[in-house]
Amino acid sequence: MKPGADKSTTSSGADDARPVGLLGGLIRDLRQRIGSGDIGVLPVVLGLAVIWIYFQAQDSHFLTPRNLSNLALQISVSGTIAIGVVLVLLLGEIDLSFGSVAGATAAVLGVLMVQYDWPWWAAILAMLLVGTLIGTMQGVWIAILGVPSFVVTLAGLLIWLGVQLHVLGDAGTLNVFDRHITSIASTFLPAVWGWVLAGVAVCGYVGSHLVEDSQRRRAGMSGQSRPLLFMQAALIAVMLFGTVAVLNRAYGVPTAGVVLFVLVAFFNWVASRTRFGRHIYAVGGQVEAARRAGIAVARIRIYVFALSGLLAAAGGLILTSRLQAASTQSGGGTLLLEAIAAAVIGGTSLFGGRGSVWGALVGALVIGSVSNGLDLVGQPADVKYMVEGAILLLAVTVDAYSRRRLAVSGR
Amino acid sequence: MNDGSGLAAAPVLALSGISKRFGAVQALTDVDFEVFPGEVVALTGDNGAGKSTLIKVIAGTHAPDAGTIRFDGAEVSINSPRQAAALGIETVYQDLALCDNLDVAANMFLGRETVKGPALLGRLSDLDMERRALEVLKRLNVTTIRNVRSPVAMLSGGQRQSVAISRAVMWNSKVVLLDEPTAALGVAQTHEVLELIKELRAQGLGVVLISHNLHDVFEVADRIAVLRLGRNVATFRRDETTPEEVVAAITGVLETTK
Repeated sequence: MKPGADKSTTSSGADDARPVGLLGGLIRDLRQRIGSGDIGVLPVVLGLAVIWIYFQAQDSHFLTPRNLSNLALQISVSGTIAIGVVLVLLLGEIDLSFGSVAGATAAVLGVLMVQYDWPWWAAILAMLLVGTLIGTMQGVWIAILGVPSFVVTLAGLLIWLGVQLHVLGDAGTLNVFDRHITSIASTFLPAVWGWVLAGVAVCGYVGSHLVEDSQRRRAGMSGQSRPLLFMQAALIAVMLFGTVAVLNRAYGVPTAGVVLFVLVAFFNWVASRTRFGRHIYAVGGQVEAARRAGIAVARIRIYVFALSGLLAAAGGLILTSRLQAASTQSGGGTLLLEAIAAAVIGGTSLFGGRGSVWGALVGALVIGSVSNGLDLVGQPADVKYMVEGAILLLAVTVDAYSRRRLAVSGR
Repeated sequence: MNDGSGLAAAPVLALSGISKRFGAVQALTDVDFEVFPGEVVALTGDNGAGKSTLIKVIAGTHAPDAGTIRFDGAEVSINSPRQAAALGIETVYQDLALCDNLDVAANMFLGRETVKGPALLGRLSDLDMERRALEVLKRLNVTTIRNVRSPVAMLSGGQRQSVAISRAVMWNSKVVLLDEPTAALGVAQTHEVLELIKELRAQGLGVVLISHNLHDVFEVADRIAVLRLGRNVATFRRDETTPEEVVAAITGVLETTK
């Protein structure tokens, strides 16, 4: 199936356009997904439901609008970084450095604004540039020098952490109170704008699918079953409007949440709809095939690591906004684990070539819910680390298992 | 050149006097090889006979030490696979070089995607690609693949081979080199691939078939070229020879020259 395709076209032979019932279409779609080792997000959504029910039973504050609003803010950092992780994993590579990159770029932001009095926009540009440069450097090391990404980015984890400490110097912690920076994580959309945004997103989704579908039909190719399309659209509408409704009951949709949503939508489009995205999947799927097809493999790898650095810096920005400070602790802790877990739980394979950017959003929600829930019921850090580590292990195990099944079936 | 009477006058690809040495190993010595349009030439020989080296010379992976290559009558040098492709020579290697995680259409257009907009961030025209992929498969009579949106991982070995071959010939190629295309296939799937090879011939392509399997060779090849220890041993017309004679040439019992 086409990377990241969430369409459920069941057949596209020009002469194979017999109508399929809604249920039949769903079943065939599911079967095809399982066969291709891509079971989609359904099990993850079920898992999320279980997690929510569990924590709600533990503490009735869990599913309150206020806590969910908090949750949306919490996942905006790991979610943003997880987009980069997905892209890197799709290549069949790994990036362990982004926590340090987020921290180091946050330090750059803090120092430039506090100690050098740079305007906010220049400081943001500088931090994003630094992140991109770091990513590019690591990408060159991996793609040109041929050093495994695991080692390069593990070294990077230490190096950029060192840079972070060095840049902060004696200050240790720099408070960033500039309202342009802090507003990302401390402001909320007015209720009306939340609704408008959800409306635009749903209309955009339905509209683009309808246009594409009618183009297919006009070209004589069988399209998507209309009821299925509308059911998917209805599902998305319920989820989006529901989210907005809940968040509006607290403070409104957090700006950082909107930033995350837009980033996810954009990079999902890049991954599934552009030539660049197609080449990422090809390199991750079978690098020799990609090379023989004339794809500049090294260039694709460098671009992806550059993007990973850029997204890590964007994560660092949101992080600084949330903490209203850049400190030696920024980007540490469970951030690395949560971002990788978000990508893998969201269905992105560690073995390359399979997964989607949308999945990372769902994955971030899962791991974020666990983290938030454990905090809420007052579990200390030791339990939190063990539980989150176990969840990552479980997700990776499922990934390895489905990959092995694929190999056993002889393909 | 189906029967030796209504043949095209000139070979589309002609190699003469090709030699290639790797260090102390003389891989090819003064080898001649020709393919005519609309002809299937089988290239056989024992392991180490030089088949792979010869194919790699044609595909642009190895440059020959001596000898000339003529393509469409003009002398050419083929220094890279890209140059070979630009001339119209495509190679389908044994390990098909398909991306399992992508669908049939995406694989057939891999690296040559149709896009709208700027180069790398151009939007993929999936619809156009699917339509063209279907057309190509239909033109080549590949009836077993009806859904070009199914991932290659879900295809059988024969279907995968068909996708790889179809991809090789859809870009205006004139000569296609097939490296052991039936090696890993069952009876029905082998048949499927051999039918596809006949279809390529019918459409005027020159096909070079490397194969150990004499049954397959005798079913589709018009001529059979035998290499032994890096030299031409014999070239047979399919109609005028027997498997026994070919085996004798491969093993060196028969010491004729062409």
